[in-house]
Amino acid sequence: MLELVARLELGPMFRALMRNKIGALLIALQIALTLTIMVNAIFMMQERSQQMARASGLDETNTFYLSNTVFAQNYNLKTALQQDLQRIRQTPGVVDATQINAIPLSGGGWSMGLQTKPGDDIEGTGTAVYMVDEHGINALGVELIAGENFQNSDIGWREEGSTKWPPKTIISQALAEALFEGDWKNALGKTVYIENHQPVQIIGIMKTLQAPWNGWNGVERSMLVPQQLDNKGSRFFIRTEPGRRDELMPLIEKMLAESDRGRIIRNVTSMEQTRDKSYQEHQATNTILLTVIIVLTLITGFGIVGLAMFSINRRTRQIGTRRALGASQWQVMRYFMLENLLISFAGVILGAAGAVGLNIWLVATFSMSPLSPVLLVIGVVALLIVGQLAVSYPALVASKISPATATRGRA
Amino acid sequence: MFSYYVKLAYLSCKRTWGMTLLMVCAIGLGIGASMTTITVNYLMSANPIPHKSEQLFYVQMDSWEPNNTYDDNGDAPTQLTYRDATYLWQAQKAKRQSIQSGMAAVIEPADKEVLPFMVQGRANSADFFPMFDVPFLYGSGWDHQADLKKERVIVINAELNERLFGGKDSTGQTVRMAGEDYKVTGVIDRWNPKPRFYDTSTGSFNDVEDVFVPFSLITEQKFGRSGNTNCWKPTESGFQAFLDSECIWVQLWVELPTAQDKDAYFSFMNAYAKEQHQYGRFARTDNNKLRDVMQWLEYAEVVSDDASMMMAMSLMFLLVCLLNTVGLLLAKFLGKASEIGVRQALGASRNDLFIQHLIESGCIGLAGGLLGLILALLGLEAIKVMYGDWIRDLAQLDFTLVAMAIGLAIVSALLAGLYPTWRACQVQPSVQLKSQ
Repeated sequence: MLELVARLELGPMFRALMRNKIGALLIALQIALTLTIMVNAIFMMQERSQQMARASGLDETNTFYLSNTVFAQNYNLKTALQQDLQRIRQTPGVVDATQINAIPLSGGGWSMGLQTKPGDDIEGTGTAVYMVDEHGINALGVELIAGENFQNSDIGWREEGSTKWPPKTIISQALAEALFEGDWKNALGKTVYIENHQPVQIIGIMKTLQAPWNGWNGVERSMLVPQQLDNKGSRFFIRTEPGRRDELMPLIEKMLAESDRGRIIRNVTSMEQTRDKSYQEHQATNTILLTVIIVLTLITGFGIVGLAMFSINRRTRQIGTRRALGASQWQVMRYFMLENLLISFAGVILGAAGAVGLNIWLVATFSMSPLSPVLLVIGVVALLIVGQLAVSYPALVASKISPATATRGRA
Repeated sequence: MFSYYVKLAYLSCKRTWGMTLLMVCAIGLGIGASMTTITVNYLMSANPIPHKSEQLFYVQMDSWEPNNTYDDNGDAPTQLTYRDATYLWQAQKAKRQSIQSGMAAVIEPADKEVLPFMVQGRANSADFFPMFDVPFLYGSGWDHQADLKKERVIVINAELNERLFGGKDSTGQTVRMAGEDYKVTGVIDRWNPKPRFYDTSTGSFNDVEDVFVPFSLITEQKFGRSGNTNCWKPTESGFQAFLDSECIWVQLWVELPTAQDKDAYFSFMNAYAKEQHQYGRFARTDNNKLRDVMQWLEYAEVVSDDASMMMAMSLMFLLVCLLNTVGLLLAKFLGKASEIGVRQALGASRNDLFIQHLIESGCIGLAGGLLGLILALLGLEAIKVMYGDWIRDLAQLDFTLVAMAIGLAIVSALLAGLYPTWRACQVQPSVQLKSQ
């Protein structure tokens, strides 16, 4: 080891560095800060990307929805709803349709608490509530992994202001796991309680169905209840045959709007648009973070180039002298590359501490999760490589300095 | 002398154009990134009603369930139950008070050819308009009597007035909304406070509502409620049961001009809470809050985490850029050692050299600042495109911000130039002259 150190001229190199402390310190600090920011930025991006990658459980590419707002007086809501749904389902290209009270990932919806025992003072498990009919599962495109769907006879009307719940429900696997200590299969057929006392039997379990709120930590918990809303404002959720969504969206909007002048059809929106909008901020933040990382690395890289060029210019005579004394081009180049490695090393050690420090602050201030060490290692290696790449051009220039400069008068 | 130094700076920069360009770019990028995020944060946390933000208070009463607090911090709920809010409003103990909630309804234009459309609105009491200094284009708000008598009156915004009445003075006209006629008492002029402080529960940066109607009409179920509703106790079926329930969905603002007014009002609230406690409600009688506008906005976390995180990141980014600049300036000034030696030998004092090099740093800073300003403008445009509509009004540079960008750039560059300048002035003329 000692022999290696001696062969690589680390001792003289270190002493030379000490004579130009400030320049080296500046590079080391830059590398440290770059690492600090880079690692945390990548980490934030990862967190967001993972959130965005979660499946909603829906057949997203082939579904859309619209709002139906009734304003006419003396309107027969119930009959009109059945007619509307029938008309939509009979449209060629439509797979299925249902009335629904809220849309996954849209940001607005209904939530309730479920508990496995009745009682006022039990803290329920929060869940999103979707009110659908027996076409709900097919229209949403969710996968039923246990139990069965609602029957037509299960579907009841929910009057405005009602607080009564139907006796059956289908819940998501995540909700089943939350209620029954991770054993979702155990949930099938069980009775749970809503509004503290009303019993509801779990007749089916869906693989995945996300709640309307993507930032909620219970976003995977949701339940379907067999009810249709007797409201002046409602939504229809429609699933089409693959590839026919865009063609059917305006068609169905027009058909509904023209069939009845006592209501407004609005917000005709595809599930894909809803997902994009839901994660728009995430997407934007990630793009910005990525830009920051790239620009930062470039600035640090160019800074290294600039300072190395300067220090080589100042040492032209010294290099020439070394060359005249028999040092090979490669040895000169190696000298500067090693020098940079030494500085970078100090920088990344400082930066690793900085990255962990910043992460601790981020965790405390913005309730982020702690950094993974693997990322830190990757960041360190990446910056060492950047440093070597940046210094390789100036080092190459240095190695081309001819031994003759040693004897010339001026540097 | 100043212009001579500027000329020297120009010549020096021209000679080492690569390094200079690198420094200008580094400062520019740092300033651009920082100004972009500072702008968004600054506008997000702006005071939307500066001249009276300390006199307007948001009322919070802890009506939440006995066993659990409303949130993990144990704070009072962010909205009120209908019965608490109406009691406080009816008591009229403050100079002004606005009881309010979101609403939505369909408007049917008089012209049958025009399709009916949906509007977002606010159900509020008469004091809302004078309290929040709402500017009127025509007419005014309604009076307290209209609230009490549940009159069908409406205030509309300028866009809706344009759409329904072609922009003419429409006071006294009627608007057909949710199947009934409402008399227009006033048209609001352009008014779009950011943040929309009076209701942070449904998007703090949303635009102001299209219509305003008396809150008292809510009990008549004339139109649909909108906004957040949270309940901790099961309610009975029916609308009256809902009004009597423990669900929170109503907001109350009060205007209390002096500290005494505030104390008196707070005592009044607490007395009410104690009374409710005796009736078996309100498990926590000492958890009521009166927060003024800025306190409320801070509590409601109107500035998003992403925005403040980005600002922290971009300031660190600026720091890296400045370190870079220090390094490059150092290299540049030390490279001029021989020139400095000559100038010293010809009689320039250390002071002269110091000023000369600071001016050079300042010029680089100014150039970087201008570049940063352009980059900030581009950055803000990018933010508008990427984040969508809600950030539209939050991504604009005003005069203060422009001045700040330039100032920040020059100060940063001068700071960055300080050490290299000092080092440059340490040059010994004799040594330099000898090596010539």
